[in-house]
Amino acid sequence: MKKRICAITAAASCMLLALFSGCAGKKEAAGEVVVYNWGEYIDPDTIDLFEKETGIKVVYDEFETNETMYPKVEAGATVYDVICPSDYMINKMIKNGLLQEIDREKIPNSKNIGQQYYDNATEFDPGNRYAIPYCWGTVGILYNKTMVDDPVDSWDILWNEKYADSILMQDSVRDAFMVALKRNGHSMNTLDLDELTEAKNDLLAQKPLVQAYVVDQVRDKMIGNEASIGVIYSGEAIYTQRENPDLEYVIPKEGTNVWIDCWVIPKNAKNVENAEKFIDFMCRGDIALKNFEYITYSTPNEAARELLDDEEIKNSEIAFPDLSKYQDLETYVYLGDDGDELYNELWKEIKSR
Amino acid sequence: MRRTKALKKMLGLPYYLWSLFFILIPLGMVFYYGLTDRSGSLTFENIAAIVQAEHAKALFYALFLALIATAICLLLAYPLALILNTMRISTHSFTILIFILPMWMNFLLRTIAWQTLLEKTGVINGILSFLHLPPIHVINTPHAIILGMVYNFLPFMVLPIYNSISKIDRSIVNAAEDLGANGPQILLRIYLPLSVPGIISGITMVFIPALTTFVISKLLGGSKILLIGNVIEEEFTLTSNWNLGSGLSIVLMLFIIFNMILSAIFDKEGESNYL
Amino acid sequence: MIKTTLKKIYLILILIFLYAPILTLIVLSFNKSKTRAKWGGFTLDWYARLFRNEALMGALWNTLLIALAASVISTLIGTVAAIAIMHLSRKGRTVVLGITNIPMLNAEIVTGISLMLLFISFGFRFGLGTILLAHITFCIPYVILSVMPRLRSLNPYTYEAALDLGASPLYGYVKIVIPELMPGIASGFLMAFTMSIDDFIITHFTKGAGVDTLSTKIYTEVKKGIKPEVYALSTIIFVTVLVLLLLINKAPEKGEKK
Repeated sequence: MKKRICAITAAASCMLLALFSGCAGKKEAAGEVVVYNWGEYIDPDTIDLFEKETGIKVVYDEFETNETMYPKVEAGATVYDVICPSDYMINKMIKNGLLQEIDREKIPNSKNIGQQYYDNATEFDPGNRYAIPYCWGTVGILYNKTMVDDPVDSWDILWNEKYADSILMQDSVRDAFMVALKRNGHSMNTLDLDELTEAKNDLLAQKPLVQAYVVDQVRDKMIGNEASIGVIYSGEAIYTQRENPDLEYVIPKEGTNVWIDCWVIPKNAKNVENAEKFIDFMCRGDIALKNFEYITYSTPNEAARELLDDEEIKNSEIAFPDLSKYQDLETYVYLGDDGDELYNELWKEIKSR
Repeated sequence: MRRTKALKKMLGLPYYLWSLFFILIPLGMVFYYGLTDRSGSLTFENIAAIVQAEHAKALFYALFLALIATAICLLLAYPLALILNTMRISTHSFTILIFILPMWMNFLLRTIAWQTLLEKTGVINGILSFLHLPPIHVINTPHAIILGMVYNFLPFMVLPIYNSISKIDRSIVNAAEDLGANGPQILLRIYLPLSVPGIISGITMVFIPALTTFVISKLLGGSKILLIGNVIEEEFTLTSNWNLGSGLSIVLMLFIIFNMILSAIFDKEGESNYL
Repeated sequence: MIKTTLKKIYLILILIFLYAPILTLIVLSFNKSKTRAKWGGFTLDWYARLFRNEALMGALWNTLLIALAASVISTLIGTVAAIAIMHLSRKGRTVVLGITNIPMLNAEIVTGISLMLLFISFGFRFGLGTILLAHITFCIPYVILSVMPRLRSLNPYTYEAALDLGASPLYGYVKIVIPELMPGIASGFLMAFTMSIDDFIITHFTKGAGVDTLSTKIYTEVKKGIKPEVYALSTIIFVTVLVLLLLINKAPEKGEKK
């Protein structure tokens, strides 16, 4: 009798297999390039275009966070040719000798990237030797105009008791501490115990007001009017505004984090030449534009911005803020194992209270 | 006869080899990391770290929530298994699949769907306000975590219990009825004792994953409550402190030992009638 | 009479509890808006897009392939192992069952990373094969834990009677014991299949580049928001299985003895 269950399961799988089979075609090519990128962080068309133009086969792999990417690269389970980590992680990979220097001569399109982004990148990649910027953005406050009647221009609003149970904080150590440290006028890369303790106490005081600590859920919760104020990445702001016009994005006056995700080539890469071709292709104005339109995260590619038809987005303060207008913008750097541990200890105290 | 007995023992060989290679060797690695520090020298600090206020609290909270969730699962699943058992036999496989089918939707998607249902502006509150009833406030509380645990692990309790109940010989129940036993007596004297192995399996399969979960507390608890699973996960994914993460995992293994003792106690009854 | 009604109500309540989120997902698959938080009108667009999404289709293929292979293999190994474990001394049994619980108890990330390190040190090539090995590993305990209770409450006399009547031990097992164990084996198989479909973390650490399952696809999508195509795919899977279930259940029973 119970054979039936197996039969049903097997039949169901077979039917689904039959239904969808023949979709995955494989083509052989002379060379290949193994790319490791964030999920949903590229327009799939650009990969097809690259394959068609160069004949190089792209083996494309995705990761969810910098931290799940790192052990895989470090252990060498799979050998990647191009990776796209964030600033502080690039810093860590450089310090731990996992990356090789990139010869910008071989990537002519890398000149399309604005100089100010290279300058920002020196914070984690001194001398711009390892990384070519791909996407960037700021962290700021997203609020609902119909639910918040105070002026929003400072991180202080996140401590306003009027909005208790309606505030969304980022569920990540560095971003949470960035908010508290910046609010008090400190560097977000500080290792000063007094500054950190002060930040910890502030975050503890804030906890009763916080509805939830979330990462990607800010987006949906803000669109659905579930909360009135949230800490969010600028790349999400354009999308959330499109879905809910009541939302407004602000970079607080105390300064914030400017993050940059860059292309890097790991030291053990097998197809360095193809990796260079891939990065070069991604730096081409038209390709960068395609990617920008697909993922809506700001592109550092000046050529791509020039190609933008939509004046509104071209001059959007969210997509392309004039960074010189803001003070105290910083980029995360890797704090070392001990530094990470210190932050994490304090964060655990906050979360477990 | 002796030869067949030796043969039967040999049957376990593939599994023993498998568990040696894929369970014990990786376990050895966990112990290696748990008992060393970053520089690789021997230390017990990572294990002793469990007494730190935050870790101990996270552990007790996880134990507390997992216990409640397991108890609720048991209370819901036992009557369910009894009911399923009385249904027409030809619909059994159908019924079982009905209970497992929701789990074929991705875990993350299901949990996100619960968010949509439970949120302040969610579906359930929408229905409640339509009926002019007061809204519920469950999301981002421990109640939501328990609900998530019960929802996700209930089938793991239903199936083993149902399995052992359906194995009970009808004639025993009939005999008891003939001798004048009433419903509660039959339940307490026949069904309950004879389904103990299933209950133990069910408790193991619900309690253990509930104890170590981190996704549920993140998505439904709003990350405001730190469970031991979250701590371990973050030691690996955020701090990259594999040593501390492994050390705390070793502490969790105490519960395996506890579980071993539990099943050993109840194994006595099974002793008499194994093949 | 009241009793049967009560039973039915109870059953229906539990089913509502189990299927409410599934229903939500199905509704979301017809939502014109990309976000789950807003209803933007009815559309079938996501279904059309789904069939053009090669990456998702490839991931589905991998998922089913791995789940089927892992559950079949772990059911075989696990069932045989459960029988063998019953023949161990009590002490031996306790130890082996304790070890069996380890993959269930260990945080998934611990299992994932330790398996990755193991595969590296033995020079495995990362790909579908390594995922399969890992999945079999964490599926076996569920099979053993499902078969064990059934074995424990097995009536040994039927089997002995068969032997007394001249059946060979193997014949006795195939004809007497295995059919008795079948419900346990079946639910073990189902659980293994389910666990395999659902796993993300262990798969993440044991997969090779470019090899994806539905879970790894879905989790990597989280950062940019889950695409409604995924809801559409889930709905199709769900409806396919449900329709099959109903069809098979409706079909006249032939040769069903139990």
